[in-house]
Amino acid sequence: MSNVLIYVEAENNSAKKTSLEAVSYGATVAQMLGGKAIALATAALAADKTEELAKYGADKVLHAAQNPSQSEEIAQLIVAAAHQENVTVILAAKSIVVDLALPMVGAKLQASVATNITELPELSNGFVVRRSAYSGKAITKVELSGKIKVLSIKKNASELREYHKPLLLEPFSVEITPSKISVKEVKKQTGEVLLSEADIVVSAGRGLKGPENWGMIEELAKVLGAATACSKPVSDMNWRPHHEHVGQTGIKISPNLYIAIGISGAIQHLAGVNASKVIVVINKDPEAPFFKAADYGIVGDAFEVVPKLTQALKAVL
Amino acid sequence: MKILVCISHVPDTNAKIPFKNGQPDLSGISFVIAPYDDFALARAVELRDQTKGKLTVLNVGLSDTEPTIRKALAIGADEAIRVHATPHDAFYVASQIAAIASRENYDMILMGRESSDFNGGQVHGMVAAMLGLPCVVPCMKLDLYGRVAVMHRETEGGKEVVEVEMPFIAGCQEPIAEWKIPNMRGIMSAKTKPLKVVEPIDVPKYTHIVQYEMPPQRGTVKMIDKDNVAELVRLLRQEAKVI
Ligand SMILES: Cc1cc2nc3c(=O)[nH]c(=O)nc-3n(C[C@H](O)[C@H](O)[C@H](O)COP(=O)(O)OP(=O)(O)OC[C@H]3O[C@@H](n4cnc5c(N)ncnc54)[C@H](O)[C@@H]3O)c2cc1C
Repeated sequence: MSNVLIYVEAENNSAKKTSLEAVSYGATVAQMLGGKAIALATAALAADKTEELAKYGADKVLHAAQNPSQSEEIAQLIVAAAHQENVTVILAAKSIVVDLALPMVGAKLQASVATNITELPELSNGFVVRRSAYSGKAITKVELSGKIKVLSIKKNASELREYHKPLLLEPFSVEITPSKISVKEVKKQTGEVLLSEADIVVSAGRGLKGPENWGMIEELAKVLGAATACSKPVSDMNWRPHHEHVGQTGIKISPNLYIAIGISGAIQHLAGVNASKVIVVINKDPEAPFFKAADYGIVGDAFEVVPKLTQALKAVL
Repeated sequence: MKILVCISHVPDTNAKIPFKNGQPDLSGISFVIAPYDDFALARAVELRDQTKGKLTVLNVGLSDTEPTIRKALAIGADEAIRVHATPHDAFYVASQIAAIASRENYDMILMGRESSDFNGGQVHGMVAAMLGLPCVVPCMKLDLYGRVAVMHRETEGGKEVVEVEMPFIAGCQEPIAEWKIPNMRGIMSAKTKPLKVVEPIDVPKYTHIVQYEMPPQRGTVKMIDKDNVAELVRLLRQEAKVI
């Protein structure tokens, strides 16, 4: 039997949207393999929200009594569930915590690990996944030959598909050895759309001249329900917090829509955003390299174009 | 204090990567220490100076990586180990690192949060699981108070302050330290610092690159007049269907 285990992350009691996408992805893979899709959620997911996992494709939901927060604790939970359910594929939506937990799982299970997967696997000749390499300058097709395969899925790797399966909820409990890492303080920006979860991202660069000019970026983002991002120099100069920085040395995102304002489009910046479905570039320099990597472009002064765009969007959204 | 920094040898991030016969052609490209590893190395040099410890750099690679290793020595590492093998994948590299680290008892093992060639971000987590050590990723600040390290770890939408006792592993990123440029003295002394070459242990291979492809190209950009932003809104709704 080839069962698929999907680890689900929750935020404010509900499954993250990217985790629901991972459940759909896992349900499709389970179908391809002729096995079952088993979702594993922690106590961070409210019991009355487990239904959603069945809706998006889980044949069974393991609901853990614990709520581990450290990657090495989550890895223990995943390994225990993988043993219990006899799974051959383990996957989760990419996140900072998952990115560390999955390689730990892979090492413990002597599995094939592939991160940042952008599409469903091909099964005609082994188990083959596609992922980008050299920061988006090439795509590799990688065959995973281990008995167990461990995958992290990028946002938009698969459609959110509704399966409407009946909910089969099973409590799950394992002994977890606590991590030696102790968290002393959490500094969280609240009320923002999470960059890694966002369908739309509004991003700005050094062209904005200073942090005092971000009001119009935030307003545009608000109208679109978007997250805000920035280029590296902007976070280096502390105009914006580091966790908004996208690119080679920042976060790599793949939203439906990426709007780049006053960003030149350096190769290292593109490395973090070129997986976006649609890219809009607003730059006053018609020669800015970013236009070559864009779907839509406007040559113009951001201070003029952005407020106009916000107005035009307000009129229709 | 014994510090290990693991570095990967990757194409310069500014380089365009040409394709030849369906493979990336890296022959004319210059190679560097992967940018995140370079952050880890920079902080490690500072911590070594602070604690008067010993800093070892480790690379899994064939002899062509030696200029990159020498650069790490020029930046300030005291000695280097090269595991003489092609770095097949993360599991292979992690297994080599773990084999050496289990003999050497380093107080901390630092590396970048991911390499810039295959961007896997797996090695630190695998080494941690293999050695049973705590692992902090992405680490943006690292200070020592005796045997305790206080670190800033990035989270989605913020950061956390975490504490862990040695030994530990950290996957580093900016702004943990400024990248260091080797000076003339460093470059001269690097030539005579010890670089030990060791044979790899046998490790099974669980992943195989079967094919390279060029990334999909976007169609040509549609330019919209700056005085007609309503047209952009229309295109995003009706053509691209993203809002
Ligand atoms: C190893 C390495 C890793 C790196 N990693 C990253 C990374 O992860 N992310 C990243 O972003 N960068 C990264 N960089 C830096 C990168 O090379 C660029 O320097 C950076 O992306 C430039 O940021 P920018 O586009 O905001 O600024 P600039 O290049 O200065 O561009 C500003 C743009 O704004 C435009 N502009 C100016 N005024 C206006 C206006 N009024 N209206 C509209 N447009 C205007 C200009 O025409 C220009 O195109 C890295 C570099 C290295 C060497």
